[in-house]
Amino acid sequence: MNIFDIVGPVMVGPSSSHTAGAVKIGYVAGKLLAEPVAEAEILLYGSFLATGKGHGTQLAIVAGLLGMEPDDVRIPQSFSLAREKGMKFSFGEAKLKDGHPNSVQLNLTGVSGRRLEIVGQSLGGSLINIASIDGLSANFSGEYPTLIVHNMDQPGHVAEVTSMLSHKSVNIATMQLYRAGRGGNAVMVIECDQEIPEESVQWLAHLEGVNKVTYYSLNK
Amino acid sequence: MECPFWKVILDEDCKERSVSKEESFEMMRHMYRAMKEADASYDSKLRSASKMAGGDGEKLERYRKEKTPLFGEFLAEAVEKAVKMGESNACMRRIVAAPTAGSCGVIPAVLLTYEKQKHTAEEHIVEALYVAAGIGEVLAVSASISGAGGGCQAEIGSAAAMAAGALTYLEGGANEQIVKAAALALKNMLGLTCDPVAGLVEVPCIKRNASGAVNAVLAAHLTMAGIQSAIEPDEVVDSMRRIGAMIPACLRETSQEGLAATATARRIADELAAGER
Repeated sequence: MNIFDIVGPVMVGPSSSHTAGAVKIGYVAGKLLAEPVAEAEILLYGSFLATGKGHGTQLAIVAGLLGMEPDDVRIPQSFSLAREKGMKFSFGEAKLKDGHPNSVQLNLTGVSGRRLEIVGQSLGGSLINIASIDGLSANFSGEYPTLIVHNMDQPGHVAEVTSMLSHKSVNIATMQLYRAGRGGNAVMVIECDQEIPEESVQWLAHLEGVNKVTYYSLNK
Repeated sequence: MECPFWKVILDEDCKERSVSKEESFEMMRHMYRAMKEADASYDSKLRSASKMAGGDGEKLERYRKEKTPLFGEFLAEAVEKAVKMGESNACMRRIVAAPTAGSCGVIPAVLLTYEKQKHTAEEHIVEALYVAAGIGEVLAVSASISGAGGGCQAEIGSAAAMAAGALTYLEGGANEQIVKAAALALKNMLGLTCDPVAGLVEVPCIKRNASGAVNAVLAAHLTMAGIQSAIEPDEVVDSMRRIGAMIPACLRETSQEGLAATATARRIADELAAGER
């Protein structure tokens, strides 16, 4: 925490969790997709579902998916801006097991057909957590450059990724590993202190046994 | 000669975020200017999605300018700005969370009014904002600044304590008077619950911002008259923490009890759910 978490942030109201946090989830999801969103299925859960309308949560999520940040004054007009850009969106109810009270599941399709499914949680004070990506646990905040690698559960993939980071002088802030089952799909989520060069991210995507690489950059 | 309160906070920020003094100060000035901009761009025609919020700021402005208001000039303008900011927040305008979006009206209400009516240099107000931020961070770390965590005392109460310290600094109060003024303001709001109608940051939140602003001015006024909090500031903060933990969950931003459980509130919530508002 610093003093600008106390006096700040500058944000569009009315709620840091239901509005600013919702924009941020959409924003991070849009960046993870790494191309403009063609279609978004937005499934709300808990308090987002119950009180979202009065808090502008739906407008906020669509605004974030369009690349707006929490202080963007165009947030209240996000639906019409999305239509102008040809982005389709629909709302529904998420069926999450033990979800955080302020959760949203986003099923996204990009303009080139790339797909992404994330579950985002708004933790309060505009802090967020991306709880899962494509059905596998993730847990990261969007406060750091974050690398998400989906790979087969085999020896050596963590070494490949961490040697690349070491080679590029990128320091790891946090690192998590999850798997669906032994020898099945696995995921590593790495929050870094520096940005990872784009070509290194692409290099990882071509490795044997790596299924998908997603990167969240803090660069605008 | 004691080190000015605001400089201690500024130095801490430089260390914490590894930035220069100038960078830190310009960031705080940016926050203050965003408050000014939000106040200036108040639109009395806007209504919130629930239709509960909007238009009251203009009523207060008319009462202040066209009638003989009950409040003196300072308080009349401060409560008007507090309500305007709360309404702007409810109507999805850009505001500065201070410390939260729900309590965003208290600090700008007193600081903007002070700058305008006392002809104070903007730099001096930005310094006061450091004082407010320092007090707020102590409250956040030692108690809570979220309604879900500690009730409304943690949101409007914290904002009022921060504003009271800032005003006391502007009035030339010593460091000890600054923290005692914050304690006085906080004491007046201990136990305040968070029970918003339909879960929205509108009723009673917007008018509570006005109440917090008046309370902040009161605490600074008492302090400058030489009156002190009988309870030590640290003990007051600790009381807020303990009281917050004792407030049942139904009165901490869950809208299950209190004002949110009244027949009127339930009718409004039902209409909202049915899309009839």
